[in-house]
Amino acid sequence: MGAVAPAAGEPVTAEPAAPEIIRLETVSKVYGSGDAAVNALDDVSLSIREGDFVTVIGPSGSGKSTLMHILGCLDIPTTGHYRFAGEDVSRMSEVQLAHVRNRRIGFVFQQFHLLAGIPAWRNVELPLLYRRASERRAAAMRVLDQVGLANRVDHRPNQLSGGQQQRVAIARALVTDPTVILADEPTGNLDSQSSREVLGLLTSLHEAGHTIILITHDPNVAGIARRVLVMSDGRLHEEARAA
Amino acid sequence: MSLLRTFETGIRGILSHRLRSVLTTLGILFGVAAVICTVGIGTASSQSITSRIAALGTNLLTITPGSTNAGGVFGGAGSASTLTMSDVNGLRDKYDAPDIQAVAPVVQTTATMVSTASNWRTTVQGSTPDWLTTNARTIGTGSFITSKQVSQHAQVIVLGATTAAELGVSVGDSITVSKIPFTVIGVLQSSGGQAFTNGDDLGVVPMTTAQDVLTGGAPNSVQRILVSATSGDTVGSAYIEADQLLLNTHGITNQASADFTITSQSTLQSTAQSVTSTLTILLASVAAISLLVGGIGVMNIMLVSVTERTQEIGLRKALGATPGDLLRQFLIEAATLSVVGGILGVGAGLLASLLIPHFTSIAITVTAAPVIIAVVVAAGVGLIFGVYPAARAASLAPIEALRAE
Repeated sequence: MGAVAPAAGEPVTAEPAAPEIIRLETVSKVYGSGDAAVNALDDVSLSIREGDFVTVIGPSGSGKSTLMHILGCLDIPTTGHYRFAGEDVSRMSEVQLAHVRNRRIGFVFQQFHLLAGIPAWRNVELPLLYRRASERRAAAMRVLDQVGLANRVDHRPNQLSGGQQQRVAIARALVTDPTVILADEPTGNLDSQSSREVLGLLTSLHEAGHTIILITHDPNVAGIARRVLVMSDGRLHEEARAA
Repeated sequence: MSLLRTFETGIRGILSHRLRSVLTTLGILFGVAAVICTVGIGTASSQSITSRIAALGTNLLTITPGSTNAGGVFGGAGSASTLTMSDVNGLRDKYDAPDIQAVAPVVQTTATMVSTASNWRTTVQGSTPDWLTTNARTIGTGSFITSKQVSQHAQVIVLGATTAAELGVSVGDSITVSKIPFTVIGVLQSSGGQAFTNGDDLGVVPMTTAQDVLTGGAPNSVQRILVSATSGDTVGSAYIEADQLLLNTHGITNQASADFTITSQSTLQSTAQSVTSTLTILLASVAAISLLVGGIGVMNIMLVSVTERTQEIGLRKALGATPGDLLRQFLIEAATLSVVGGILGVGAGLLASLLIPHFTSIAITVTAAPVIIAVVVAAGVGLIFGVYPAARAASLAPIEALRAE
């Protein structure tokens, strides 16, 4: 991860004026009820500013995926408040949440989640179908070029390697120019070479000004960010890091 | 999401799942085509059976002399020749008997016919031109006896198909009947089955000629009067009209002492009705089973494919699709497949209904109702089972849908 070290080494105070984009206030998420109730998130508070690169690390079952779902507006908290760019999304309707996901958030999943039947650029275009957007192919081409797949636009997912598929998925997350990119174990299904490529891509996106939240169980991967959060048993801790 | 883009997304969904789309379309196609063909075959059989029964003459009445309800004192029916040509003319009165279409007197005997090739003993009937109508028969070759030939006592004969074949004669040939020379002027169309008698083995000569040279007897006396009602529905009122008319002309006031008997083919009629209703039930069951089988096929494919696509639904939700967007997309996909399948099914059904009778002896009659019902049911099943599971998946939390296997 040496190539990305400079980004992680930048002082926290480099952009003190950056506005807060994500704010969790004593958020809890409970699955099930009664004796079977599980506190997946327990009184979590968090603040992330625009342009931050944050990793969340924790073993499986620690609640990091639940945190990602809440942050990504894929799920709503049981209690507490979640403000996204100042708006309280914890009480939004399903349609409003869909709009926030479409306009503000780009997802990168461990399983890529590309649609098998359509070529790469059609996959990248998907989020644009749910908003007013013209020149969808041009937009898809631009981001595919950005992730280095300009020569693979018409390939279907099964004609691409794992690393290439994840880069298509990153292009899909980028195409809407989202405020935040949420990556859930993006390297979990990749070999080390592809992992380095994908992490390098995320780092360069951060350098280009995107806010990135990366969730992983791998301390080496978590180390690429300057801010690491540790999840355990539904609680969140800020990891004290030596610069 | 705009309507145009929803439509585009739906069509793209169809194209990106080609196998599934083809299977769904095929399911609807075969369902619809099967219903069209089975119902078509049933309709054709039903029509053929009812027309055969009609050919037996369900609108016919036969009047015979004598009474069957006089306690046997008068002897068997037909023993007394109480029917005359004036009865025949009375029955022909359109004012007194509006529901009677045609009336034909009959005298009958058995005679030996001799041709140059062969000889044959069979029934010979003397009658008038109305014999054809009152027996629900048609002429095959040549012509039937005319009124002029009746008044001229012409020595002409019309033969049944069997009789003509046995004698080896055709129209224009000469034969003798009881050693009297006759000219064959026509051969009847084969009746294909007549109640109680073989309608294809007989000869028909003018009434007058028969009385002159074959049967003898009083010139005005007839053995039987054949009456045809205007339709199968009016046979009942034709019966009453004939009964009243004959009672009046014979001066009989007491129904019990009537000197004639009218028989209708009511048993044949009730048979015809029960056959038709049985056929209707059969048709309906065949159509219902075809639709059920086709519908279950479509339902299975739709259920499996939507379940398979739960992940896709989850992904689309994560990328910003609202439940409404997804519902509309699946609605358009299912509707397009259903409509295309339905149209192709109608096409295939109509094609089969043309080809099958061409290459086999199976007749198919296509009517509008089963076509419409088949399309509506098959497309409806496709639509419901394409949209309902999709609507359920669309209401899942996106993350649950994404994790679905």
